[in-house]
Amino acid sequence: MGILEVKGVNKRFGGLQALGDVNLNIQENTVHAIIGPNGAGKSTLLNVLVGKLIPDSGSVLFNGQSVLGRKPHEINQMGISRVFQTPEIFGDLSVIENVMIPCFAKRDGAYRLHAFESVGAEDSIVAQAETMLADVGMLEKRDMHAGSLSRGDKRRLEMAMCLVQEPKLLLLDEPTAGMARADTNNTIDLLKEIKAKRDITMVIIEHDMHVVFSLAQRITVLAQGSPLVEETPENIKGHPKVREAYLGEAQV
Amino acid sequence: MDAIIIQILNGLDKGSAYALIALGLTLIFGTLGVVNFAHGALFMIGAFCAVTMQKLLTLSTQTIDPEKVDFLGKPLVVDTPYVVNWFGPETGAAIIDWAVPLAILLAIPVMILIGFVMERGLIKHFYKRAHADQILVTFGLAIVLQEIIKYFYGANPIPSPAPAVFRGSLDFGVWIGFEANQIIYPYWRLVYFAFSAVIIGGVFAFLQFTTFGMVVRAGMADRETVGILGIDIDKRFTLMFGLAAAVAGVAGVMYVPILSPNYNMGMDFLVLSFVVVVVGGMGSLPGAVLAGFLLGILQSFASMNEIKSLIPGIDQIIIYLVAIIILLTRPRGLMGRKGVMEG
Amino acid sequence: MLKLDRKDTLLLVIVALMTLAAPIILNPFPTGSALAQFNAGYPDLMQRFVIYGIFAIGFNILFGLTGYLSFGHAAFLGVGSYSAVWMFKLLSMNVLPAIVFSVIIAGLFAVVIGYVSLRRSGIYFSILTLAFAQMSFNMAYSVLTPITNGETGLQLTLNDPRILDGARAATGLPVTNLFGFEMRSTAHLDIAGWGFDFSVGYYLSAVIMLLAFYLSMRIFRSPFGLMLRAIKSNQNRLSYTGLNARPYTLAAFVISGMYAGLAGGLLAAMDPLAGAERMQWTASGEVVLMTILGGAGTLIGPVLGAGFIKYFENIFSKINDSILHQWFSFMPDGIEDFLVTLVHPFIGKGWHLTLGLLFMAVVIFLPGGLVEGGQRIGRLFRRNKAGDTASPATTPAE
Repeated sequence: MGILEVKGVNKRFGGLQALGDVNLNIQENTVHAIIGPNGAGKSTLLNVLVGKLIPDSGSVLFNGQSVLGRKPHEINQMGISRVFQTPEIFGDLSVIENVMIPCFAKRDGAYRLHAFESVGAEDSIVAQAETMLADVGMLEKRDMHAGSLSRGDKRRLEMAMCLVQEPKLLLLDEPTAGMARADTNNTIDLLKEIKAKRDITMVIIEHDMHVVFSLAQRITVLAQGSPLVEETPENIKGHPKVREAYLGEAQV
Repeated sequence: MDAIIIQILNGLDKGSAYALIALGLTLIFGTLGVVNFAHGALFMIGAFCAVTMQKLLTLSTQTIDPEKVDFLGKPLVVDTPYVVNWFGPETGAAIIDWAVPLAILLAIPVMILIGFVMERGLIKHFYKRAHADQILVTFGLAIVLQEIIKYFYGANPIPSPAPAVFRGSLDFGVWIGFEANQIIYPYWRLVYFAFSAVIIGGVFAFLQFTTFGMVVRAGMADRETVGILGIDIDKRFTLMFGLAAAVAGVAGVMYVPILSPNYNMGMDFLVLSFVVVVVGGMGSLPGAVLAGFLLGILQSFASMNEIKSLIPGIDQIIIYLVAIIILLTRPRGLMGRKGVMEG
Repeated sequence: MLKLDRKDTLLLVIVALMTLAAPIILNPFPTGSALAQFNAGYPDLMQRFVIYGIFAIGFNILFGLTGYLSFGHAAFLGVGSYSAVWMFKLLSMNVLPAIVFSVIIAGLFAVVIGYVSLRRSGIYFSILTLAFAQMSFNMAYSVLTPITNGETGLQLTLNDPRILDGARAATGLPVTNLFGFEMRSTAHLDIAGWGFDFSVGYYLSAVIMLLAFYLSMRIFRSPFGLMLRAIKSNQNRLSYTGLNARPYTLAAFVISGMYAGLAGGLLAAMDPLAGAERMQWTASGEVVLMTILGGAGTLIGPVLGAGFIKYFENIFSKINDSILHQWFSFMPDGIEDFLVTLVHPFIGKGWHLTLGLLFMAVVIFLPGGLVEGGQRIGRLFRRNKAGDTASPATTPAE
């Protein structure tokens, strides 16, 4: 049994079949990439996974529990974290505060009126956040204004915010979209490092084949809303069906 | 039945005013993305254009009439308006009588000018800032505008009558088969309704059938793309602001015989018009018009004695109640588009 | 000390000293001198400083931290005043139960209004709160007349039951007190031409304001405050971080509503009457202005803003043409008259014009308010001192 099971998910938008009978089984502690040409339904699938879209039929089980119709904070509290296409961080807060917030969320749950404690007195939380920052190499920037970080650092910070919660599953939505080659490589290294250090399941939605083949252990190819193949990277490369799906779109 | 018709009619003039202000608010919001809290003040300034016109037309020369004496036996001082001197007693009196409609001629250039100055001088700098900042700066502007008017015209309402022809009431019931005097409706309110229908129709036609309107509509739908096409959208938006100001202004001019203007009438209308915009759906022009009339009529129904005795005070709160319900159940309002100011 | 770090403790101590010494500090000019009209050290005005300070501190907890712009907070101020006056009428002239009651009632109101309004954000939230406040205002004038006494406003009468004070013989209207200390009683002190008034009412309000300020300090520095700032910064990230924004914003809304109720209750405690105009949306706009002018999201800003506005409201409304003529009398006659004419629209009844212009100026030029202005000036000085070697400060404005 996998950590995340997608069974028979269908979603239509008007006349368009965005997802047709999607079945996915993501094994614990793997890096699983979902690729496919534009309009293959990758974003729709991701939105279903985080509970933002409710499919017309089918189920999505995380550790045996349904995620459908749950609010984002509930999904996070189940152990799923998410990295966005453009880094979503708290731009008005300092770097360390950015990392402390997920620590509080992990410890205190979705809501706690801790109005009379002092942030500065939360030694264990501060320590936890600092360790995490050191882990992604940003400790010296701890008091900087997060909004003034470079794009690469924002991405690092976002990863740190996700990882500090020790999620069971990390969803990455095109983590290198719009990045220069050097930044992309940095991100790949960062993800590799993260993976090497801890047990974590990652699902990467990605366009960039370089990223996918550098990281993924399993790859699912989505085409026209349905999974075409699920294979290891080695077997995907020469796969005729995959070539057909991509060539059908454009002469890549 | 007759009571219902009366209430619908009563709602029309108020609804017309709401619709006209809400139309301008929506135009500005839709094109410029600015939440204009000073729009009610523009309506108020329009109303004071009518007051000014009245004053201008009755500017008088004073002459002493030696043949007449007042009750103390002194020679009588007679004020003769210049217009009477220029055009003769009959035409002159007629012109004065028609001061309110004539004030439109004054209001249009004045309002367009104010609109231009406002947009170029202030609003322009707030396109990129948060909605909260836009609300705050236009709120400040609204205070300034109304205080300026207060400074020159005082705090008391200044009545200006409609032309004599329209001062009576129409026995509307007779037209549709009721007995005489059952449904009577002041002529001027009918004029106001017709007038606003023409203005609303004019604005829609302008947006629908002119190239300018097409560009503006395209800009409302997708500002960036229109910008990329090399169209100078900013200049058009400035014009749009002037137009919205003019619409609010003439709406104010014509409302003077219904409600004697005072300096803070704009605030009252603004709050209600915002509610109208929200109920109609932010960014939807037809929604603004529809909601304006609906809420106007609803308000006049709520002020029926039968309903008030059932739910006391309902007339005071009905609009807000509807707004709250609509916002909670249909956050996009009656006809709002997806994605406008969501969050 | 007090679970605050050194910087905050220092700020609190400074604010406390200034507040407690206000009757002296605010009366720098000798009685009877030409400048005495600029003195602000009389009880009535000082009470308004601190009470509106409380109002603004509370508003800042909502607006400054979460960014939710409420245009209806005056409703809670009004509700607080009505509740307090009712306590004076029914229970006792002691201000303590009245103030407690006004905070509770305003809090309950805030729960209901906040629960509904916070289902939307941005401009929709602003309009919802505005709609609720206007509704309350209109109802206070119409249906609720039995409770609010309509346009006349709610006042004390000789026939009020006042259960706890019942035994006392009624000779004229009773006055508000705290266990016997009358709010209006004032100790007057004359020192060589200077006159100072120390009133019970002011000191009660001042102590409550300091408590309120301390509480807001604790909230700002707490994890709860951090979450509120995160809501303002990026609500999407917050929910994907596993936090539910709704209860946090509701808590902030209710807390700020209770602050407003407290301010309303105190206003009634100083002068036991309550009118619906206290709930009007211009009053809501005023607290927004105080907060912005001082510096939204800063600790001390709202207090400064409230003091600034109430002071200038008072001074500007008092100045008239003859005072202006005195000021400009050193000028040649023509210029004197010209200057007086020029300034005339902005003083006396024209105070609101000045207020509106000030509002616009702050939003346009100084979005961070007086606090940011102070920081800018401070930075300028520091840079001048340090000469060319100084690097531009990159620390974010707190």
